[in-house]
Amino acid sequence: MPHKLEPISTIVSTPYVLDAPNIDTDQIIPARFLTTTSRDGMGELLFNDWRGEDGAFTPALAAQSKILVAAENFGCGSSREHAAWAISDFGFRAVLSPLLADIFRANALKNGLLAVEIVPSVYDAIAAQPDAQIEIDLESQTIKAAGQEAQFDIDPFARRCLLDGVDAMGFLTSRISDIEAFEKARA
Amino acid sequence: MASTTLYEKIWSRHTVIEETAEHPAVLYIDRHLIHEVTTPQAFAELEARGLSVHRPDLTTATCDHSTPTLPRRADGSYPYATDAARNQVETLEANCARHGIELFGWGSDHRGVVHVMGPELGLTLPGSTIVCGDSHTATHGAFGALAFGIGTSEVGHVLATQCLLQRRSKTMAVEIEGLLQPGVTAKDLILGLIAEIGVGGGSGCVIEYRGEAVRALSMEGRMTVCNMSIEAGARAGLIAPDDVTFDWLAKRPRAPQGEAFERAREDWRTLRSDDEASFDKTISFDAGRLSPRITWGSDPAMGAGIDAAVPPPANAAARDALDYMQLAPGKPAAGTPVNAVFVGSCTNGRLSDLMDAARVLRGRRVADGVRMLVVPGSEQVKREAEALGLHEIFLAAGAQWREPGCSMCLAMNGDGGQPGELVVSTSNRNFKGRQGPGVRTVLASPMTAAASAVAGAIADPRIYAEGSDAA
Ligand code: SF4
Repeated sequence: MPHKLEPISTIVSTPYVLDAPNIDTDQIIPARFLTTTSRDGMGELLFNDWRGEDGAFTPALAAQSKILVAAENFGCGSSREHAAWAISDFGFRAVLSPLLADIFRANALKNGLLAVEIVPSVYDAIAAQPDAQIEIDLESQTIKAAGQEAQFDIDPFARRCLLDGVDAMGFLTSRISDIEAFEKARA
Repeated sequence: MASTTLYEKIWSRHTVIEETAEHPAVLYIDRHLIHEVTTPQAFAELEARGLSVHRPDLTTATCDHSTPTLPRRADGSYPYATDAARNQVETLEANCARHGIELFGWGSDHRGVVHVMGPELGLTLPGSTIVCGDSHTATHGAFGALAFGIGTSEVGHVLATQCLLQRRSKTMAVEIEGLLQPGVTAKDLILGLIAEIGVGGGSGCVIEYRGEAVRALSMEGRMTVCNMSIEAGARAGLIAPDDVTFDWLAKRPRAPQGEAFERAREDWRTLRSDDEASFDKTISFDAGRLSPRITWGSDPAMGAGIDAAVPPPANAAARDALDYMQLAPGKPAAGTPVNAVFVGSCTNGRLSDLMDAARVLRGRRVADGVRMLVVPGSEQVKREAEALGLHEIFLAAGAQWREPGCSMCLAMNGDGGQPGELVVSTSNRNFKGRQGPGVRTVLASPMTAAASAVAGAIADPRIYAEGSDAA
């Protein structure tokens, strides 16, 4: 069966904040777990090396949240989609950061994980009040958090896919005749 | 016609359907490189949807990430680190066989790290679009190809349709003037640049590297520079092709041959940004003042000249990184004891890199207690190095000469460091735990890596170059 995505319209939750910049995908899921050939069960490995007593990631706390918030340049490094799979399998529905690495963002949005950038002032407000509820509305592209309200940008196509719970493969395969015409024209 | 950048020229040649507000452009992909780690889920998805591979002839596979670098056992079997690793490679073999995809796998003369293998075969051509489920696909931009890493879902898209949905990137010109001093290499150049612009400095952009320092680089050096574009957050790196590029391609088995090559070269000569073309961002950088570089922290921008002091931490992240690296600010990292040295990867695993390392090691010994792995980037690199006798220099120095693969670059094949060990590595990422849990990675050039192996501590390669034939 094709990978079914749950449609997203609003996400309401307290955040789980990782107040560190440049969190790379090797932290999100270390390379030694990449020998898998399936995409299931990766939530248990999320931030594996950050768990434990002094670790920066506390699974029991994180599990109470649907929204992961991190400082700038989240998801940099390796293109492994396993990072998005792990975050989403763990139970997060959204990732907010003042700057998201390109490939990570693309991977997340393709897997029903709402990854969007927030302005630094909103990030600061959330980091200062991590117990305050956040409300993300995808239809109107607004975030209400810690007494602030802000718009966010998202590619209209990715937004449509998330709202409808579909992925991009269908769009591409429906254009195969255009693709074949292109191939003929340049041959 | 309006002035356009190289990026825009390649983009418009490959646009099947223009982008609109509602959907991204449909971009045609000329070459899809695949490997064992980021493809099994994509093939499974394809089969679940009843789709086939649209252009197996434009898809090329190798295995490199989870493959062992130790030789085959006496019984002919490969010493995989785990059954999962074996299963992953066998899954790739089965998927390639089922879908008619050419695999340069075990036993092939061309197997290698995917970004070393592609250019070597002549699969990487100027003006083409190349993707791979691997962020260092940017390497191929050295030939004036638009090349970038994709995720596994996108691997599925390319398998099914040979296309990707893409929004146009911003463009950034990096003008690099001055010439590299002796003992300073392309690796030092890109590490120096990333330290200046930061790990998010190229975010959202395709970087075009220009200027005299870039034109003076060999193809290998250009690949090293483009390889690490992703470490500056860029989508891709590009260098306009020139005679250096064409000469390199002229001998490659899969590049156009004979008259077809001549015709292609005429076209390739047009692949440059117009003089009046404007970029979204332009910066300049002086290569002439660079020393050999090392990183002192846990991202590639946390670096310094080897003769400079580790800077005082500017923020909490830098403090945390110094803590992890057990390095003190205010004095140079040079002199810090080293446990292991790795020469290899798609950044610095090509023949010229091994020659650089060999020049330092010739007639010298790896310091007692230091483990050094030299891992050629491909079977071809291995053959060429052995023909030059480089392996004998490495072995005589006490280093290990391994089979090609990614090896310690990401340490998922069983090669790696132990917790707390300090590894000087010619790879591209010094993230915490990248080379094994708790391993402290220092990124450097092959010369600096070799010098550090000899000294048993982080060392300036120029001390070994002076007064020897390496100068
Ligand atoms: S050598 Fe390292 S960076 Fe290059 S493809 Fe292999 S794992 Fe990735």
